[in-house]
Amino acid sequence: MSATDTPKRSMRTPLGRVRNLGAAHSGTSDFWRQRVTGVAMTLLMIPVLVIIMMLLGRNQVGAAQILSSIPVAVILLLFIFASAWHMKIGMQVVIEDYVHNEKLKLVSIMLNNFFSVAVALASTYAILKLSSGV
Amino acid sequence: MQVYRWTLTMALSIVHRATGIALYVGTLLLVWWLVAAASGPAAYAHVQAFAGSIIGRLIVFGYTWALMHHMLSGIRHFVWDLGYGFKANEREALTWGALIGGIALTVLIWIIAYAIGGGR
Repeated sequence: MSATDTPKRSMRTPLGRVRNLGAAHSGTSDFWRQRVTGVAMTLLMIPVLVIIMMLLGRNQVGAAQILSSIPVAVILLLFIFASAWHMKIGMQVVIEDYVHNEKLKLVSIMLNNFFSVAVALASTYAILKLSSGV
Repeated sequence: MQVYRWTLTMALSIVHRATGIALYVGTLLLVWWLVAAASGPAAYAHVQAFAGSIIGRLIVFGYTWALMHHMLSGIRHFVWDLGYGFKANEREALTWGALIGGIALTVLIWIIAYAIGGGR
């Protein structure tokens, strides 16, 4: 959605191109994704709680058996994907609100991305490993 | 910024952020738990020992509340996003609903958890 996507022969004025993009220069896409992932997690909350209840008090063998079933793995993968995305956007909003030093802000946003991706990938890897039974 | 009068919605707005940050950090526990389950019995036993300890239980209880509160408070934001609930009595009711509902759901989940998990 950057200005460079606009064809050179566009009739839009420079002001028209940047209007509504706001301080983040990327428009409302994060606002929308924050809500999509929030709705997704709300819908997934009951199945996720049921899965956690199923796992309570079981040892690793029992837990691994439940976690490797396809519906359980898919529900958890969806929940983790939505969570990681949601928390990445949420923390970025917090950083943008409170960190005013430009360099520190960029470093914080970068670390936030690293953390969120690491959480998502580590969890996903663990679930896929359990599912493949290796 | 000068706050001339604190309101419930103001305070809960900060709680929404605070619970969000707590949930962010708490995902480390989720990762630890899943990776341990994929690693083997010894690693999983460590997680269970920690989660079963007093401190572990307190953290997981706090995490349950943060999750339930953040979810209900988030649903409150969805209602506002859709353009409803802006009257003074409505936004107060939504906010109290999120506050009380979050605590009630947390207690309910833990009662069910003890009823199920305790029997195994």
